[in-house]
Amino acid sequence: MFQTVALSGSRGERQLFSDVSVTVKPGTLLAVVGANGSGKTSFLRMLCGLFSPDRGAILWQGEDIRQLKELYTAQLTYIGHLNGIKDELTPVENLKVSACLAGDESSGAIVQEALEAVGLGRSVHRLSTRVLSQGQKRRVALARLWLSTRPLWLLDEPFAALDVAATSYLTQRLQSHLSNGGMVVVATHQEIALPTDSVQHLRLTE
Amino acid sequence: MSQPSMSEALRGVVRRDLLLAMRHRSDVAMSVFFVVIVASLFPLGVGPEPAVLRMIASGVLWVTALLACLLSLGRLFTADYLDGVLEQTLLIPQPLAVLVVGKVFAHWVISGLPVVLLSPLLGLQFGLGGDSLGVLTLSLLLGTPTLSMIGAIGAALTLGLRGSGLLIALLVLPLFVPVLIFGAGAVTSSLAGIGSEANLSLLGACFLLSLAFAPWATAAALRIALE
Amino acid sequence: MSFIGINWFKYSSPQAFHPLAGRMIPWFSAAALVLISVGLYIGFFVAPTDFQQGDAYRIIFVHVPAAWMSMFLYVIMAAWAGLGLGLNARPSFMMAQAIAPTGAMFTFLALLTGAMWGKPTWGAWWVWDARLTSELILLFQYIGIILLRASIDDLRRADRASAVLALVGVVNVPIIYFSVRWWNTLHQGASVSMTASPKMAATMVTAMLVMTLGFWMYSFAVTLARVRCVIAERERQPSWGKNASIQEVAEAR
Repeated sequence: MFQTVALSGSRGERQLFSDVSVTVKPGTLLAVVGANGSGKTSFLRMLCGLFSPDRGAILWQGEDIRQLKELYTAQLTYIGHLNGIKDELTPVENLKVSACLAGDESSGAIVQEALEAVGLGRSVHRLSTRVLSQGQKRRVALARLWLSTRPLWLLDEPFAALDVAATSYLTQRLQSHLSNGGMVVVATHQEIALPTDSVQHLRLTE
Repeated sequence: MSQPSMSEALRGVVRRDLLLAMRHRSDVAMSVFFVVIVASLFPLGVGPEPAVLRMIASGVLWVTALLACLLSLGRLFTADYLDGVLEQTLLIPQPLAVLVVGKVFAHWVISGLPVVLLSPLLGLQFGLGGDSLGVLTLSLLLGTPTLSMIGAIGAALTLGLRGSGLLIALLVLPLFVPVLIFGAGAVTSSLAGIGSEANLSLLGACFLLSLAFAPWATAAALRIALE
Repeated sequence: MSFIGINWFKYSSPQAFHPLAGRMIPWFSAAALVLISVGLYIGFFVAPTDFQQGDAYRIIFVHVPAAWMSMFLYVIMAAWAGLGLGLNARPSFMMAQAIAPTGAMFTFLALLTGAMWGKPTWGAWWVWDARLTSELILLFQYIGIILLRASIDDLRRADRASAVLALVGVVNVPIIYFSVRWWNTLHQGASVSMTASPKMAATMVTAMLVMTLGFWMYSFAVTLARVRCVIAERERQPSWGKNASIQEVAEAR
């Protein structure tokens, strides 16, 4: 179970949000919504532990993530704005490395299955990622979700740059993750096609 | 929930960087050519008198290796920072300092090790012989990884800043001075017949000290840069 | 927490510290003026002529205290930096920011007076002896910290990055000193000792200590003045610790 308690954040001169308290129960998705620049990315990075809040705390199973440190980061998969993949490597190589560094299964067959599940056909698996389109690169980044066994997923605008097919693949994957008792926090502009009782919304205000 | 062991994470980081280097083989070549060209400039500037060259050899070759390391530091973290791989690395549930050692090691294999392997040839160009060639190579073998580890601190502090190339130099050169003194001193004392053990042991001490502290400082600097 | 009847904790907030610093500055400035004048008088007029170096050596009364100050101030700056990182306290970072330029100034003064001493003594404007070379590298370290801070726009990152650099540098200072001495033994070793001074007459020691004390007073005065500027600059921006919204910031400006 995941909570934030009176979380406040600012960047430089700007106060982004203050006094945010929210609880995310297993099997639910928290959609963080707000205009551009309202601090969604900073909020997500705070939840990862990459960015320090001015005030407040983030609790995982009741314990402060600043005390848990690596015990906490072992529970999450974060996909930010940047894809976190290398242009010089092929999608298969990228995914193998990501999986290996996450302690997940990383055999060639399983990796290729994950790439196919996100809509990338075998023809592009062994091409250098540099020649893929933005949408395809985003899919390579998101393919980690098909390999991840971690309970908490933090995703920053995952649906941006995805076409209709990929959006539905991703939504299905999120659904199955939630059904397994996982938790998702998504920063997004779009409505997510999931049953309303498993989705809560958080609008960030100053 | 899944977690890589420390050795798995370390090997993963090193393997990825070495794999990337193989796709960019020019990086290795660049360090090597830089050292050769710069070392050749000195006789052109100072004159080919063998006695003079032998006298300046230790300093020239050491400063050249040091500059090569300095120039390659920009490549240590920047690419990972720009494509988001660095923030993923920060989230790996193993001590960041250990992963930094992995990155620096891979970086040294690509930029520093070729210089060490080339150094006997350069030493010959400057009239060094026998023992001193061996001491030169050994001093660079101990010194270049030390320089890479110390330099990583500067690279992490200046990540993403404009003008970071020159700024790294200013931050890191004062930290390089002891390594330079002991490294070049080893070769000089070997040439003078005094024996290079003292300088080499001090160099070894610098290496161990940097291995103990520099990755930790680099990790702190990376977290600060990625906030 | 009360000490001699004053609640010190209330001064840990920059708003309270600003006026307190303002009241302290005139006292430190006056003390500095008095001590430096006395020190210079003793050094330039009272102390005996050195039988080896003649009267040219008198610049040592500025050179040695300046060199000491450059090193003391670096260590103190690093201590404030460490405190800032450890406690996440912005006043500590402000103190470190305020000390750096004064430390750099003393380092430069030590180098300048070292050159002035070197010319008549060794015949050259610059000699590569241990102390001068170490001072030169210390100057680079100071400049590095100042330039790093100047290159980072985000205040929090600037504070923390320059703090890390200061701490890394402070570890380097003894290593530099040792390695440069190893490299060159031309400069006479430390010749001022509190207990026995076979090389320096008592008046010389007195003069140097008085000058050092005077430089300390000067450093306090200047650092406090600079910290006030830093506080004033930062408090104009209602970030750190205040909940002002963008609306309020716009109205205030």
